[in-house]
Amino acid sequence: MHELSIAMSIVDIAEEEAKKANIKKFAAIELEIGTLSGIVTEALDFAWQEAVKGSVLQDAELKVTPVKAVARCNDCGQNFEAQTLYDACPGCGSYFTRLIKGKEMKIKSLTVDF
Amino acid sequence: MCSTCGCENSNDVLIMKPGDKPVHHHHHDHEHHGHHHDHEHGHHHGDVIELEKDILTVNNMLAERNRGYFEAKNITAINLVSSPGSGKTSLLEKTLTDLKGKFSFYVIEGDQRTMNDAERIDKTEIPVVQINTGQGCHLDSNMINKAVKQLNPVDNSVIFIENVGNLVCPAMFDLGEKSRVVIISVTEGDDKPVKYPDMFASANLCIINKTDLLPYVDFDTEKAKEYALRVNPGLEFIELSARTGEGMETWYNYLEKIRL
Repeated sequence: MHELSIAMSIVDIAEEEAKKANIKKFAAIELEIGTLSGIVTEALDFAWQEAVKGSVLQDAELKVTPVKAVARCNDCGQNFEAQTLYDACPGCGSYFTRLIKGKEMKIKSLTVDF
Repeated sequence: MCSTCGCENSNDVLIMKPGDKPVHHHHHDHEHHGHHHDHEHGHHHGDVIELEKDILTVNNMLAERNRGYFEAKNITAINLVSSPGSGKTSLLEKTLTDLKGKFSFYVIEGDQRTMNDAERIDKTEIPVVQINTGQGCHLDSNMINKAVKQLNPVDNSVIFIENVGNLVCPAMFDLGEKSRVVIISVTEGDDKPVKYPDMFASANLCIINKTDLLPYVDFDTEKAKEYALRVNPGLEFIELSARTGEGMETWYNYLEKIRL
């Protein structure tokens, strides 16, 4: 359940931003989460309720945009959509690949309430 | 409620040496640089702040601070990760006993509860602190920062960090270590690397432990390595038995190598 730590880190960042800009509450928060980031969205939703209690995010709508994982084959150079961290290259069958997208865990934006 | 500090949460993190009294470390007590800017421009309802900020920024920044401290003092920090029961503590006990004349060692033990592992390490006469994470499923860079301050390590030393036994969550949290070592034992399935790929993807070295039990189990070492290399083509391997000592020399050579 590292999603609780993740949710708490998000709350920390939002509190910090709220303090900087003198904001009491956010109406929405937008996250970008890579499909191979290791964050399970359902687990994050579950942890979210607990983590945001009494914070500037308490009533904020949580929007999660998934980022599809893309790997590049080190042998033949082909890019392909990765389902796991150990997909073989569909072009040449090599496992010598590296992930170039899909590890993202980002707060994209915060929408001010008042 | 906690009697020491009156906090509502009894699941706070405890960091202590064997024989110490419990002192709470709150999860949220890392130093915030609390500048309170009163901007002239006010934000209004519906304004969008484009943040583009990594969620683990705080952990990652503090991990880099730990790393900088280690580099400046030429300290080699090694993060040991595995599922519970793979033999992390036994490997440490054997390593510390064999090499304590050669290196200055320190150990940070991570578990949800109990001082058991720190007490085992304490018997080797190596300085140790135990982090009890409570409900936490992993160590983070803030806990390491605090534990290292308690240890006050000398220059040119080696710090072993034994993470919470968990093959999932610790993968995500950089502690500032120089090397991440994942340990699997031959009593586990040889498909662990593809079942829990995040950990194997983030490790530098994979130790295959309990090789003395190979005749009694169905573990296929070559298959395990092949799976792990699919996840992480750059991963190195060492096969050993912390119980019999077989293969420990290779591990000690690795320690020598990464200290440079």
